[in-house]
Amino acid sequence: MGLRDLSATEQIGELAAGRVSSLELVEAHLDAIARDDVEAFLAVDAEGARARAREIDALPERPPLGGIPLGVKDALSTRDIVTTSGSKMLEGFRPVYTATCVARLEQAGAVVVGKTNMDEFAMGSSTENSAYKNTFNPWDHARVPGGSSGGSAAAVSAREVPWSLGSDTGGSIRQPAALCGIVGMKPTYGAISRYGLIAFASSLDQVGPFARTVADAALLLQHMVGRDPMDSTSLEWPTPIEVPVATDLAGLRIGVVEELMGEGIDPGVKAAVEAALVKAEALGATIVPVSLPTALSGLATYYVLAPAECSANLSRFDGIRYGPSAEADNLLDQYEVTRGRLFGPEVKRRIMLGTFALASGYYDQYYGRAQRVRTLIVREFAQAFEGVDVLASPTSPTVAFPIGDRTADPYAMYLADVCTIPASLAGLPAISIPCGLSDGLPVGLQLAGPAFSENCLLDAAHALEQVIAFDTCPPGLAT
Amino acid sequence: MSDLEPVIGVEIHVQLSTRTKMFCGCAPSFGDAPNTHTCPVCLAHPGVLPVVNGEAVRRALIIGLALGCEIAPRSIFHRKNYFYPDLPKAYQISQFDIPICGRGEFTAIREDGSELKVGITRAHLEEDAAKLTHGGGRRAGADGSVVDFNRGGTPLVEIVTEPDLRSAADTAIFLRQLRQTLLFLGVSDCSMEEGSMRADANVSVRPVGSQTLGVKTELKNMNSFRFLERGVEAEIARQREIIASGGHVQQETVHYEPDTGHITSLRSKEESHDYRYFPEPDLVPVAPDPAWVERLRSEQPELPIPLRRRLVVEMGLTQEDAEVITGSPELVAYFMEAAGLADPKSCANWIRGELRAQLRELGQEPWESNVTPAHVAALVGLLADGTVSVPAAKEVLAGVIETGDDPATVVEARGLGQMDAGDLSAIIGEIVNANPDQAQQLRDGKDKVMGFFVGQAMKRTGGRAEPQAVQALVRAAVLGE
Repeated sequence: MGLRDLSATEQIGELAAGRVSSLELVEAHLDAIARDDVEAFLAVDAEGARARAREIDALPERPPLGGIPLGVKDALSTRDIVTTSGSKMLEGFRPVYTATCVARLEQAGAVVVGKTNMDEFAMGSSTENSAYKNTFNPWDHARVPGGSSGGSAAAVSAREVPWSLGSDTGGSIRQPAALCGIVGMKPTYGAISRYGLIAFASSLDQVGPFARTVADAALLLQHMVGRDPMDSTSLEWPTPIEVPVATDLAGLRIGVVEELMGEGIDPGVKAAVEAALVKAEALGATIVPVSLPTALSGLATYYVLAPAECSANLSRFDGIRYGPSAEADNLLDQYEVTRGRLFGPEVKRRIMLGTFALASGYYDQYYGRAQRVRTLIVREFAQAFEGVDVLASPTSPTVAFPIGDRTADPYAMYLADVCTIPASLAGLPAISIPCGLSDGLPVGLQLAGPAFSENCLLDAAHALEQVIAFDTCPPGLAT
Repeated sequence: MSDLEPVIGVEIHVQLSTRTKMFCGCAPSFGDAPNTHTCPVCLAHPGVLPVVNGEAVRRALIIGLALGCEIAPRSIFHRKNYFYPDLPKAYQISQFDIPICGRGEFTAIREDGSELKVGITRAHLEEDAAKLTHGGGRRAGADGSVVDFNRGGTPLVEIVTEPDLRSAADTAIFLRQLRQTLLFLGVSDCSMEEGSMRADANVSVRPVGSQTLGVKTELKNMNSFRFLERGVEAEIARQREIIASGGHVQQETVHYEPDTGHITSLRSKEESHDYRYFPEPDLVPVAPDPAWVERLRSEQPELPIPLRRRLVVEMGLTQEDAEVITGSPELVAYFMEAAGLADPKSCANWIRGELRAQLRELGQEPWESNVTPAHVAALVGLLADGTVSVPAAKEVLAGVIETGDDPATVVEARGLGQMDAGDLSAIIGEIVNANPDQAQQLRDGKDKVMGFFVGQAMKRTGGRAEPQAVQALVRAAVLGE
């Protein structure tokens, strides 16, 4: 077993025991990134990472995260490290500030090694919308890693980093985690500051961790949550995030979302999820069916609200203050040529959808109505949580699909998020853990809970993880 | 054709003079080097978020309370979307359907003392745009444009009135007195010149007696009350002419050219704008604690309009005195302190008259000068008890302005005390004897010649004689009265 096979918690343990230095860990991972055959990274800051590792190694006392490597989704602003959000619009852009969540992790001893590939501006479910390159699923290089945080998921799966950060608007952490056979969590909306997260849809965007164990995800989360004066929507965190130790699920009531276990769910995915639920029952959980009738309308609701918000959020990219800019004779051309050339087709599609949804005369019919459905979904979840503690469903209706399979059909691509979108709309925490294989590809189990139920979700996920005993190492991966 | 009446409503943008901008920690500034007060937030770098300036909320509430507005228990921000280089996010964070301050009413007072009531539709918070300078002039087609983001993000309160105004003169009165009120609240510099207060007027005309509104035009970019008044006047005349000649007023934005007095149309791609307002997801609602709002209400200073009334009714000032004294909060404080020590009407006369006249040459305001309110009161006292004559008092004042000594000391040092009655009588006797021709003229009923005697007496006494006393003594000497 190599250093890279160790979980983050184990790596921190090795550092604490003095058996390895931060620099050695960073070098081992940088070496893997250099030989990267899944194209997980857009930018690697090898020199910066080495310098930071040396600094940490020289400290009299190791910080809590020890000095182990971290991959960061390119949607997060990192000072002096090129940050593109997967778009040509920000090609070569070096931010002047670091996102709050990244700064908090660096403060705690994380070493940022690079920026991971993603769908342009986080719009997509396969990372094929990256303006730079495709990322490959470590389990099968002919398949997508999921998205939009596909680079972060593939990097952790391929053991190029022990953990990484993603952002999740409608499933962009949970779905790639599921497709790459790792753990991914979207916390309660407001848990982690969005300051420095390049906005896609502000009312839905949340940062969250990728890791190969639930305990690692909890540890990363622990150092990010809490109020940030730079983000008005960030929340005072009521109780600290605990690293989970639970080994049983005694007394836990798990609701299985009926609407997400039927039509459109691959039989192999369904079977793996059901098998996991049987194991949960064996650990003492009660399994009950739950209906969320409006949940399936989540997809339509999401594809009004998220594009509406993105149409405004992406308006700032005009080539005037930063980023590349088209030569033009007049102002209108400056806007049209810059944006016409530098945004990719999916981004343009969503900007147009959103612009339409907000147009005078259509606002109430689209945006207003979608907001009302969103409210219904929030209520439906609240009612469901009167009877159960967590809701279970597949994370993704399918396993990883072949590259190019859905790029011609946006709607087929949108369906990849049908299971993850409802919790996003309700602002609720949800975690995806690998629960088995279907046709040799990982299947994710999603557990969602009420707001602030992170500790409960992490405990449940941890206990299940122990009995599922999924091997996160993709076949043939050389470490 | 029936008579037409003008119908006018105004929108006023007031820059709040807070230490930081509306949504970031930069200092707003006027006149500093371009782009020196900026940060990732007000330049709309990728990933940044706005945070509401609490002091701006406080000031918006203070304005709303002074305008008698309903305060929204929970107001929200909206995004107003449009592309322009002075708007780095390409949306302005503003308020839309739930402004922080709802309906209210402002009562101004015309020169004749009559009330001018103007309904307030709303007052809401928003952020200012950056300053755009076009190379060759203000309109499109000019060569090259530059943006200064120092102003971008400055807190603004936009006050919108009902279409309650009926003349250009009333519009100007309302705006001047609104400005005065805002100055008293200490929320803004309210400088039309520097753009910290800007007013647009919506103007339409309709047949007298009609209840429906005519088609309005928006008169923009007025940088003084005088131009605004003239502009509204010109626009009313233009609309009357159009209708008189059987035409229709077009809804459009118009501009008044002060040099020519002409109204020009600012043709107008911008009028087809669909701003696609939607709730700002990066901000939480503003829900001021009701107890806080009540405290702000109870802490409101006495505002100029009610104060003006009180100065007239309780302190015996004229309408005109009151208007001058309430010109600024500083002047009110200055006057009030003096009026507490001596006759208010006399204090008002001296402050608005001689004191301001003498200080004008020095470019000083009373409260910045050597003359304290107590000095004014003391001077009024010296006049009242006959220690000094009016002309001498003016010299005493000049001495106080120069030295900062109190008036009694100046009187002593410069020998400006009223002359002893006997001495003055002797001097008058000498003057009458030395000028028999003029004395005869007076006997012949030519009262004008009295001015000659007063002048002579002033010359001889160095201004220490009270003119009325001089006149009495001359009459006594010449006419035996």
